[in-house]
Amino acid sequence: MQLLKLSSHGRGRISPALEEPSQEVSLDEWRNNPQAHADATALVIPNDASVADIKKDVSGFDVVILDFPQFKDGRAYSQARLIRERMEYSGEIRARGGVLRDQLLFMVRCGFNAFEFGDVGAADAALREFTFAYQPAADSVAPIWRQRLAHARAA
Amino acid sequence: MYRYDEFDATMVAERAAQFRGQVARRLSGELSEEEFKPLRLMNGLYLQLHAYMLRVAIPYGTFSSRQMRRLAHAARKYDKGYGHFTTRQNIQYNWPALVDVPDLLDDLAEVEMHAIQTSGNCIRNVTSDQYAGAAADEVEDPRPWCEIIRQWSTFHPEFSFLPRKFKIAVTASDNDRAAVRVHDIGLRLHKNAGGDTGFEVIVGGGLGRTPYVGHTIRDFLPKEHLLSYLEAILRVYNLEGRRDNLYKARIKILVNAEGAERFRGLVEEEWAQIRSSGIDLLREEIERIHAYFEAPAFEKLPGESVALNAQRDGNGEFDRWLRVNTVAHKIPGYAIANISLKPIGGIPGDISAAQMEAVADLADQFSFDEIRATHEQNLVLPHVRKEDLFKVWRVLKAAGLATANIGLVSDIIACPGLDYCTLANTRSIPIAQRISERLADLDEQESLGELKIKISGCINACGHHHVGHIGILGVDKKGEEFYQVTLGGSAGEDASIGEIVGRGLSSGDVVDAVEKLVQFYKSERNDGERFLDVYRRIGADPFKEALYAAA
Repeated sequence: MQLLKLSSHGRGRISPALEEPSQEVSLDEWRNNPQAHADATALVIPNDASVADIKKDVSGFDVVILDFPQFKDGRAYSQARLIRERMEYSGEIRARGGVLRDQLLFMVRCGFNAFEFGDVGAADAALREFTFAYQPAADSVAPIWRQRLAHARAA
Repeated sequence: MYRYDEFDATMVAERAAQFRGQVARRLSGELSEEEFKPLRLMNGLYLQLHAYMLRVAIPYGTFSSRQMRRLAHAARKYDKGYGHFTTRQNIQYNWPALVDVPDLLDDLAEVEMHAIQTSGNCIRNVTSDQYAGAAADEVEDPRPWCEIIRQWSTFHPEFSFLPRKFKIAVTASDNDRAAVRVHDIGLRLHKNAGGDTGFEVIVGGGLGRTPYVGHTIRDFLPKEHLLSYLEAILRVYNLEGRRDNLYKARIKILVNAEGAERFRGLVEEEWAQIRSSGIDLLREEIERIHAYFEAPAFEKLPGESVALNAQRDGNGEFDRWLRVNTVAHKIPGYAIANISLKPIGGIPGDISAAQMEAVADLADQFSFDEIRATHEQNLVLPHVRKEDLFKVWRVLKAAGLATANIGLVSDIIACPGLDYCTLANTRSIPIAQRISERLADLDEQESLGELKIKISGCINACGHHHVGHIGILGVDKKGEEFYQVTLGGSAGEDASIGEIVGRGLSSGDVVDAVEKLVQFYKSERNDGERFLDVYRRIGADPFKEALYAAA
């Protein structure tokens, strides 16, 4: 599966990543025996794991991989926001599994910046479909209501 | 009424363009039906028994005559000349062709309408009191908060793939006309002892296979914190709600499994983390949205209209319509006029394009351009001068829209049932039609008083049978349609789930059964007691006996 990456948080450019040989370890394996996985660069977190106390686990990894066992199982959207916003994790958050074209923008807004997704043209088009957003999320886009206030104050 | 600015208009136009692309990918074969399904279901497009069905959002049931005219246009151009108002204050078209749907959505976008989040496992179109802004009994107009919820929930990136669909209802009256206790989240605006208004937050109500009355997890939430509190509830649900079983995935199952106390704890803990994180609107934006809902330019009128009193004298039919279909308005000299979409023997909620245009004209001339859709599948002209009521009634009568039965036994909620729906076990509409015909006499109906019959063609309960004073549930028994009767439900401020009263009845017997129940109620009631009051006083057993006693 091809890996696509955003050039920056929020709505950057999306392009194919050079395959990096990332060494994966699951959250359970990591917690059971961190010494045995000292070389690992990517932490794979299942979507039913609590991320409430995960800050010190993710901090040493370049990549966090969150799973969509099916496209309609949306738990990883919340996990991504918690890891990006509450844990202030600044590395790569990668979406794996049921990653569909029409979900990429939601994922970007929740803090994902890498996607196991095959069609870079479709991904690029999908990320351009909406100019604005109504609510704040994990990206840097100001919600519509803040833009309204800025317009009103400038006028 | 709310009006779109450039941001809202851009959102809806871009959504229509996105959906046009999705339909093109389906029609070209790039997407299979299986791949297209989740996309169309995010935009209110269902594949029903005979055709596609498009559900168009009417946020909190408020719309204008211009929008109603466009709905009529869509009914003529893309459907068979009619539409169907639903229990979610929306309208459905039962016969559009897939290839036409993008054009239909473009036509709607021009009048600030869309089908966004009218299906799918996301936050659905928010619903409210159909008398909002007009009712004499409300604390304040709940619609600015509905609009704030609409915007916050539209394309919410975190909550677009929830365990299951999610419905929020808002009321600002002690007389709950929005059924807030049987929604995923119900919000009741009320005044606290200090004179401030805030929300009672009710979570985990719902109908379907496992009906529950919701639990209050907060008595008083200051209004300005609404969105962060909703976000906390939704986040807990998104992470903790069950996903292993479609029938146990609604928030009501989570709330009742955890217990309301523990669930409240989870929400409050999450809220403490996000309440100051910039989710809630600033005061300026809250005020800007409220300004759209400022009261129209009501005239100073005497409370009573001399002309009206003369018109009703000697015109029994008009007088009945006034008694049954109009409601007190908060401004002297005005009334709220209900328009029944339940003609005797008709299909509940159906309306023709010509009728839509008649209602639009009336709203234009007599109701400050406003129309409301109700969750009981009727319409409302919210602000009519009392002296105009006779003119309004005459136009409604000519259009076949003056049935004086609001809240009475023939004002029946029914789901589309097996006439349209792929999930249904039985038909609902013909049962509603036959009950309505059997109990057609309006004198008799009025003497029976408030009596709510609600009919669902399967256990998913779209016809709200659990909260009918008399509920009827269709079940399939070895290929034959049977109907189970429930009694004692209510969707109001005294919400309760009806009890099943015995074995299923054939479609032929169910109409007789309703008549028996009604007659029994009449024989048992004391002065002023409604059907529901009698049931609550004497219990299920006497009704069962009356229902199943040998003829």
